[in-house]
Amino acid sequence: MGLTSHSTGIKAVDNGLHIVKEDENERIVALAGNPNVGKSTVFNELTGLNQHTGNWPGKTVTNAQGKCRYKDTGFIMVDIPGTYSLMAHSAEEEVARDFICFGGPEAVIVVCDATCLERNMNLVLQTLEITDNVVVCVNLMDEAKKKKIRIDFDQLEQNLGVPVVGVSARSGKGLDGMMDRLLEVIENKEERHPFRIKYTAPIEKAIGILQPLVEEQLEGALDSRWITLKLIDRDETLMHTLHEQLGYELAELPQIAEGIEQARNSLEEDGIELEKLQDNIVSCIVLSAEGICLDSVFFDRCNYNARDRKIDKILTSKWTGIPVMLLMLAVIFWITITGANYPSQLLSDGLFWVEDRLSEFFMWIGAPVWLHDMLVLGIYRVLAWVVAVMLPPMAIFFPLFTLLEDLGYLPRVAFNLDKYFKKACACGKQALTMCMGFGCNAAGIVGCRIIDSPRERLIAMITNNFVPCNGRFPTLIAIISMFFIGAAAGVFQSALSTLLLTGVIVLGVVMTFLVSKLLSKTILKGIPSSFTLELPPYRRPQIGKVLVRSIVDRTLFVLGRAVMIAAPAGLIIWILANIQVGDMSILAHCTSFLDPFGKLLGMDGVIIMAFILGFPANEIVIPIMIMAYMATGSLSDYQSLSQLKDILVGNGWTWVTAVSTMLFSLMHWPCSTTCLTIRKESQSWKWTLVSFAIPTVMGILICFLFASAMRLLGLA
Amino acid sequence: MNENTLTLDHLSEGKTAKVTNLLSSGSMRRRLQDIGLIEGTQVECLQKSPAGDPIAFLIRGAVIALRSEDSSNILVEC
Repeated sequence: MGLTSHSTGIKAVDNGLHIVKEDENERIVALAGNPNVGKSTVFNELTGLNQHTGNWPGKTVTNAQGKCRYKDTGFIMVDIPGTYSLMAHSAEEEVARDFICFGGPEAVIVVCDATCLERNMNLVLQTLEITDNVVVCVNLMDEAKKKKIRIDFDQLEQNLGVPVVGVSARSGKGLDGMMDRLLEVIENKEERHPFRIKYTAPIEKAIGILQPLVEEQLEGALDSRWITLKLIDRDETLMHTLHEQLGYELAELPQIAEGIEQARNSLEEDGIELEKLQDNIVSCIVLSAEGICLDSVFFDRCNYNARDRKIDKILTSKWTGIPVMLLMLAVIFWITITGANYPSQLLSDGLFWVEDRLSEFFMWIGAPVWLHDMLVLGIYRVLAWVVAVMLPPMAIFFPLFTLLEDLGYLPRVAFNLDKYFKKACACGKQALTMCMGFGCNAAGIVGCRIIDSPRERLIAMITNNFVPCNGRFPTLIAIISMFFIGAAAGVFQSALSTLLLTGVIVLGVVMTFLVSKLLSKTILKGIPSSFTLELPPYRRPQIGKVLVRSIVDRTLFVLGRAVMIAAPAGLIIWILANIQVGDMSILAHCTSFLDPFGKLLGMDGVIIMAFILGFPANEIVIPIMIMAYMATGSLSDYQSLSQLKDILVGNGWTWVTAVSTMLFSLMHWPCSTTCLTIRKESQSWKWTLVSFAIPTVMGILICFLFASAMRLLGLA
Repeated sequence: MNENTLTLDHLSEGKTAKVTNLLSSGSMRRRLQDIGLIEGTQVECLQKSPAGDPIAFLIRGAVIALRSEDSSNILVEC
């Protein structure tokens, strides 16, 4: 749910990794590690950047880079996606391996989770096979301490043969020490003797046959032992990259090809086929990791995870799991709805007071009326509406949601809902991408990279739009507040609004399941693939940091985006509303053209028009409606937010209109940025079109059914 | 088959067992190996999800949820 200017908007469209050195002395350092070990936190602490962090595996799906200086040396830090191994079983692993191997880093920092060190050793050992220039950063020492896990760093360092440093990245503790050791690794040209995995005798024998030949060919450019093993192991993806890097096919050189043949024959004589070879290699790595941790990691309390298990018993058990999830969602909504009312009012009072002063100023300097109308009534007013209506709910909802994210709750949501995703032939991790969609659908779609199966990834991308993003979410809240809370927000009304909003979100989730299933049975046929989902330990959320980050970051972001998109949109609306063609303005022509269609769906032409003009950003849908209504002249003056409802009601809104608009807001085409992101991620206009069409058709269908039913019942 | 041998999806909550045979193939096999699940690894069944599937297991200090299709391909011995 990374909602910063870097993770949403056009910048969410990942453009690969391109490292620009400002001067020749800058050192490139890669940050590798298992998913969810705090790599991004280490990265942020070092570079002062704001890469999104949260307690769930797979947040970082793109390479991020940032600069830092330490003791007069400039570093370019590259945060690569979290992986469990470098064997290139998935796209991220391939990215990680290729960067470590060919991206030219002078050192690799492997970030590990102190509470789960043995599993993390797997990646450390594999990295050591590729390069000697490694610093092992054992992060989350604070968590380990709480769980009474003791680590003997001297022993560990002796076992591994490379620097090992304990840090607590969240508080910045130990990072200076790590940088000192990093400098040592980069500057110290002395030979190090890192731990080498010793494979079983038959494998070592095969390596012995081929390695001298590879060594001779590569002349020290790459680690010959590792390349040898990969040659014997038929690692296709590595051979492909190697071909690109070397400019020739290593395995096809006559002497190498012959060596490979001999090595494989030797293995076969020892009864080791390819599948078994891979098994043996993995076993050797896992057992080596076990051995390394045996005399250096100690658990002083055997039930060190007891607290997490107790929490899990409540949050994911049969009887309480799903009710608690819905309750939590409802509580967050309730706080948001009731809490947003007051600041919204305050903001709109303030902003419209400024509008009056602006008008006075324009009169004072004697500006022409049309200029005043265009700038103040056109641009400023739309901006003011965007800020007053959108900002408060966001400023309340996102910090709350981020707290849950930091706590480690989101993977539990995926755990709770996976069975339903499986029934829809989709992946449980889709729940995580949906949570990201709450922040921004474009970010949610980039996040779909955590889903391995291409079919399931497409399903997640196409259905992501059924989760209302930060642009649509406040629209829903605004409409609910106006039509269902009323002026006096009693307990009953606020409970009702919460129920309504929760209902809308649940409807979005149900639609996601339905459409996923539909896709799996039609154009994206297939069976659910296997998956593993890690449930990380709960971590105490960094409340202060979350509040500051999500409010300051997002407030600035929202304001920036409002200026960028709402201002020109306001101008266009004003122009459309003020240029007369025949006896009506262009805007009136458009809306009256769309009116019959809008009425069919329980809305009207203005609302449809607002959704169409809102294609660049959903934030501006409500402001456009208001501008359009006011421009068509039924109510030309207002002082406060409470009059917003009067404007709408004066234009024929009923509660049926309100519900239809909410339904259509939940289900219509994705915004332009999201469409571009889908194009980029799917590499196909066809799937972009499908992602555009499906929610639109669903929205039209459901609004039509709802409006017709209400008309039949005589309620409309 | 030994009488104490069962597939991992049948291991009851709170029980620990040792992996004796990994029947999964392809990418799932490699993924399980990546997280350290090989023959001889101790696995504890922690908890079922609300719908009974997937199930959370403790594997080398990490909590990993597996779908029954996948855990039924892992033979364990109590």
